[in-house]
Amino acid sequence: MIAFTLNGTPVTVDCPPTERLTEVLRDRLGRTGTKVGCDAGDCGACTVLIDGAQVCACLVPAARAEGRQIETVEARTPELERLRAAFLRHGAAQCGICTPGMLIAAADLLRRTPAPSEAEAAEALGGVLCRCTGYRRIIAAVCDTGETAVPVTEPGAVGAALPRVDGAAKVMGDSFGADDAPESALIVKALRSPHDHAAFRFGDLAAFAARPGVAGVYTADDIPGRNAFGAIPPFADQPAIAASPARFRGECVALVAFEPGAEADLSGFPVTWQPLPALMSPAAAEAPDAPAIHVNRPGNRLIEGKVARGDVVAALAASAHVVTGAMQTGFVEHAYIEPEAGAAWIDGEVLVIRACTQAPVMDRDETAVVLGLPPDRVRIIPAATGGGFGSKLDVSLQPLLGLVALKTGRPCRMTYSRPESMASTTKRHPAEMHGRIGCDAGGRITALEFEGRFDTGAYASWGPTVANRVPVHITGPYRTPHVHASARAVHTNGPVSGAFRGFGVPQGALWQETLYDRLAEKAGIDRLEFRILNALRDGDRTATGQHLASVGIGPCLEALRPHWARALADAATAPGRRGVGVASCWYGCGNTALPNPSTIRLGITAGGRLVLHQGAADIGQGANTVITQIAAEALGLPVAAFDLVGPDTALTPDAGKTSASRQTYVTGRAAQAAGAALRAAILRLVNAGDGAALALDGARLVVAEQDRRREIDLAALPEQAHGYVLVAEETYDPPTSALDAEGQGVPYAVYGYGAQIVELQVDPALGTVQLLKITAAHDVGRAINPALVLGQIEGGIAQGIGLALMEEYLPGRTENLHDYLIPTIGDVPEVESLILEVPDPEGPFGARGLGEHVLIPTAPAILNAIRHATGAEIGRVPALPHRVLEALGAAR
Amino acid sequence: MGSYARPSTLAEALNLMAPGDKRLLAGGTDLYPGAGTALSGDILDLTAVAGLSGLEPTAEGGVRIGACTTWTAIAEADLPPAFDALRAAARQVGGRQIQNAGTIGGNLCNASPAADGVPPLLALDARAELVSPRGTRLLPLADFITGPRKVALDRDEALAAVLIPAPALAGRSAFVKLGARAYLVISIAMVAARIVTEAGRVREAAVAVGACSAVARRLPAVEAALQGARPAEAAERIVPADVAAALAPIDDVRASAAYRAGAATELVRRAVTEALA
Ligand SMILES: Cc1cc2nc3c(=O)[nH]c(=O)nc-3n(C[C@H](O)[C@H](O)[C@H](O)COP(=O)(O)OP(=O)(O)OC[C@H]3O[C@@H](n4cnc5c(N)ncnc54)[C@H](O)[C@@H]3O)c2cc1C
Ligand code: FES
Ligand code: FES
Repeated sequence: MIAFTLNGTPVTVDCPPTERLTEVLRDRLGRTGTKVGCDAGDCGACTVLIDGAQVCACLVPAARAEGRQIETVEARTPELERLRAAFLRHGAAQCGICTPGMLIAAADLLRRTPAPSEAEAAEALGGVLCRCTGYRRIIAAVCDTGETAVPVTEPGAVGAALPRVDGAAKVMGDSFGADDAPESALIVKALRSPHDHAAFRFGDLAAFAARPGVAGVYTADDIPGRNAFGAIPPFADQPAIAASPARFRGECVALVAFEPGAEADLSGFPVTWQPLPALMSPAAAEAPDAPAIHVNRPGNRLIEGKVARGDVVAALAASAHVVTGAMQTGFVEHAYIEPEAGAAWIDGEVLVIRACTQAPVMDRDETAVVLGLPPDRVRIIPAATGGGFGSKLDVSLQPLLGLVALKTGRPCRMTYSRPESMASTTKRHPAEMHGRIGCDAGGRITALEFEGRFDTGAYASWGPTVANRVPVHITGPYRTPHVHASARAVHTNGPVSGAFRGFGVPQGALWQETLYDRLAEKAGIDRLEFRILNALRDGDRTATGQHLASVGIGPCLEALRPHWARALADAATAPGRRGVGVASCWYGCGNTALPNPSTIRLGITAGGRLVLHQGAADIGQGANTVITQIAAEALGLPVAAFDLVGPDTALTPDAGKTSASRQTYVTGRAAQAAGAALRAAILRLVNAGDGAALALDGARLVVAEQDRRREIDLAALPEQAHGYVLVAEETYDPPTSALDAEGQGVPYAVYGYGAQIVELQVDPALGTVQLLKITAAHDVGRAINPALVLGQIEGGIAQGIGLALMEEYLPGRTENLHDYLIPTIGDVPEVESLILEVPDPEGPFGARGLGEHVLIPTAPAILNAIRHATGAEIGRVPALPHRVLEALGAAR
Repeated sequence: MGSYARPSTLAEALNLMAPGDKRLLAGGTDLYPGAGTALSGDILDLTAVAGLSGLEPTAEGGVRIGACTTWTAIAEADLPPAFDALRAAARQVGGRQIQNAGTIGGNLCNASPAADGVPPLLALDARAELVSPRGTRLLPLADFITGPRKVALDRDEALAAVLIPAPALAGRSAFVKLGARAYLVISIAMVAARIVTEAGRVREAAVAVGACSAVARRLPAVEAALQGARPAEAAERIVPADVAAALAPIDDVRASAAYRAGAATELVRRAVTEALA
């Protein structure tokens, strides 16, 4: 028996003395506020206080808790309460998975230093990783805990910087996929390929299944449906459990379900591997004699996307200046702090899966296909999701959990380890890009020629989307009369490349924006002015021939002018190798030239409860809050009056996936329409005019006009659909058109725009880069919630910094957060955000998407600033110190 | 499942170690990341053993640092400027959580080529105090760490302390760590330099480089070249050939060998300059 004090209360536990304290707290004591992101000391999500000092609970043996005071996020100490309020006020929690660790590390600091400086805050929180926020809001919150008041939700809706509607749960330790499972759930473990490519055979599976504690063993043979999932149905090719051969390291080849409490030990599993030659680069995969990874994809080509307009060859030949260049990027890991986790159980006829996700309805449909069930017999209940950034669009453990629940009829749970999460889920596509861009003597862009090869890994995932998005966006938000751009996705035996914030566009922007700096130099024009000169304007056509209206890039770049002048002057006068760089982004919101509708339902019950069925997965970006704000504005009732339901495929209509920066725009439009429809129905009921004010007063709905006040007795109204007395359900699908063979058409109805300035200093002796400041101008059409906009900008910038300077996933070598480095709290400089609002005629209240845009300009602006500082041209990211130094050598 | 013991006296600990079959556990910040759900084997937790934690003066005028002393305790200790490098290293190991749990002894016994504690201790002429039921012995640190992940510990032996001799308390020291991000980063390379000056010139220099060879190394050629240098000329006396002489950097995910070789010289210059400032 181990006895200690937990949050002021004595507790005793009976457990092995070396069990991790995280397990003691979470599994034995049910205190799941303390999170586990790595079990290795690398993420800090498990930070707790032992006798007032912060430690990683995942590294503490239970026995060492004996007699100590342990504090977790569940504690109600004065420091923690003040910190919680400050985190809410400052929007310091996005997905919330890092929040418990951040709060505890900050509580440790506040006890030592009640009014910390920014530097002290960073120092104290340096051991906790956050992948969502970019840390700036966290630092601000920790340095501003003077007020204790939790902000109240004010009446204002669209445009108000309201704290997130789900924030209170986040600052207490929200319930993620690993935090809740039915009693006596089986523990599911996957056996994964240790090889990039290998044939395998099983031995005596029955004998393994008969081991004590083993409830079942499952292989590809047990899959009842079609053993091939994939986000894009015509390309679906990825087995939930692979039959021989395994095509990438980390691929699941068998499942074992263990009884609760049994040691989940896969050692001795009867499998023999026969490693096969692996194709580890697109060049190897495209070699004439390369074997096909998928028989139906000759040359290992998954797909090629293309956009062609005008006569590039002639236009380049006639150009005054032409630059040629290449750029290379590596695999990038999403590195959300929450490894995949969830549980499944059978409820009557229905298989229920509660897990992290960005796309509940897609999860339902794909899981149903794999398991041979009709979709209505699968229900997906999204858990709070600790970041996704694209990877949690694909199913991961959903079909695995579903299979075990179906086969055993018993509840089961599964939590990926950090290395398992990193090895088995998708990555950003490595890109090899090259081409030419020309301009005339006056600096106007004439033509762009581009070829990109993207390593799509072993399975299709979102490879087709990347191949299609890149050529559409490769011009950047600049007028480019002649374009020839192609991007192909090539299979290798690398990890599956899928969706990652920007779908290939960040890679393309690295190529295009760095060439723009060289072109501006040749043309003798200031780099920012060069971009302003070429910025797309209203009425211009894009490379796909689309006529644009309400184009925000010009205003973004123009807004940066004073900052650019200031930054250049600072760089010129400061000591050291200072540099300034700028880059832009544009990004189409929603699926590329394909339908992607969202539906929102709003209802009022006889008792006066206003319910928003909100099916857009909130993975931290804030859909719960933004969609509510939009619905509130359209309906005319305050955000505080709304009760949110879902997302849950049984309770919420399909709001599509949380990807492609589409939720604010597409689901927002559906929410706006639903709010307006419900309002119209209410006004009709009492014959009130458009300007009437609504108020809910218990079971009465008050409709007030200047001279007249009407009350609707909700209880007296007849019940309508879904049990509501007043209800509206609306669907919105962006008006787009298919692209023809030359890539011409209207791929997106709404685009968002932005540009960023990076100021940095290069250490010319070591090749290290120190970021000093980033100024970000983003046109969001309408900032539905300015606080969330800032959070998105800063979070995107942090990921852009990682892409530019430190992140490169190497299968088998960087499968943990020790060797795979993402930015820490000390790596994100001050960010000044300029929010522009050029209303989009198609967006809800003029709003555009933002989530992916924000990451695109950062990395190229960093490379441009490095070049400005030193002349070094970096052709491959991440720009690790040794690569910067090499480039510096070449520039000399 | 294995056994677990957390004795409070050295005698008890030695008794338990006698069979030579125990896995020693200190802060656990190296052991746990490699473990599954729980540590396997028979665990002997040393963190409660009296006399293994904390810093204290020795009878000979030196300093004894208990093997189980945490990085935080070192960072916060009141120590002469010769220890500035060690204290700076303590503040840069992992994040605060790691510093509160991780120990200097664990860092040495784990013997990672990138262990941040080693260069500052080499520059302090540290010796390892080893204890076993058979008695106590002392080894110079360079003889204690014999290779990557290899230390000269017998199966029934533990590191009890590191001893800093009185003469090494002279001068001031500096630590420079190079990594690819701000916090929580394993060193690409790191340097500790301790310099004793007399009448405006370098009388004694102790310079050690980590992560550029299988085990961190002192740089005798650099130390010799620095003898007699005025602070202003110290940096230029540090030449790449002298730095390279003691090192054998490798390529890994963090940096190339060629880069490390170049960076080492630069870092040595910076550490020496800082120690002379
Ligand atoms: C997130 C993270 C970041 C880190 N960052 C750094 C860093 O920046 N720099 C750095 O150098 N290290 C770093 N480390 C590694 C580690 O924290 C340090 O090496 C630490 O000092 C190890 O001490 P410990 O007490 O935790 O060792 P333990 O894990 O307890 O033990 C390590 C090894 O030493 C043995 N051992 C421990 N004490 C003794 C003893 N007294 N006698 C004999 N054998 C013993 C153990 O058996 C084990 O083999 C990091 C680790 C993590 C998890
Ligand atoms: S779970 Fe403990 S540090 Fe990541
Ligand atoms: S809010 Fe920090 S990881 Fe999501």
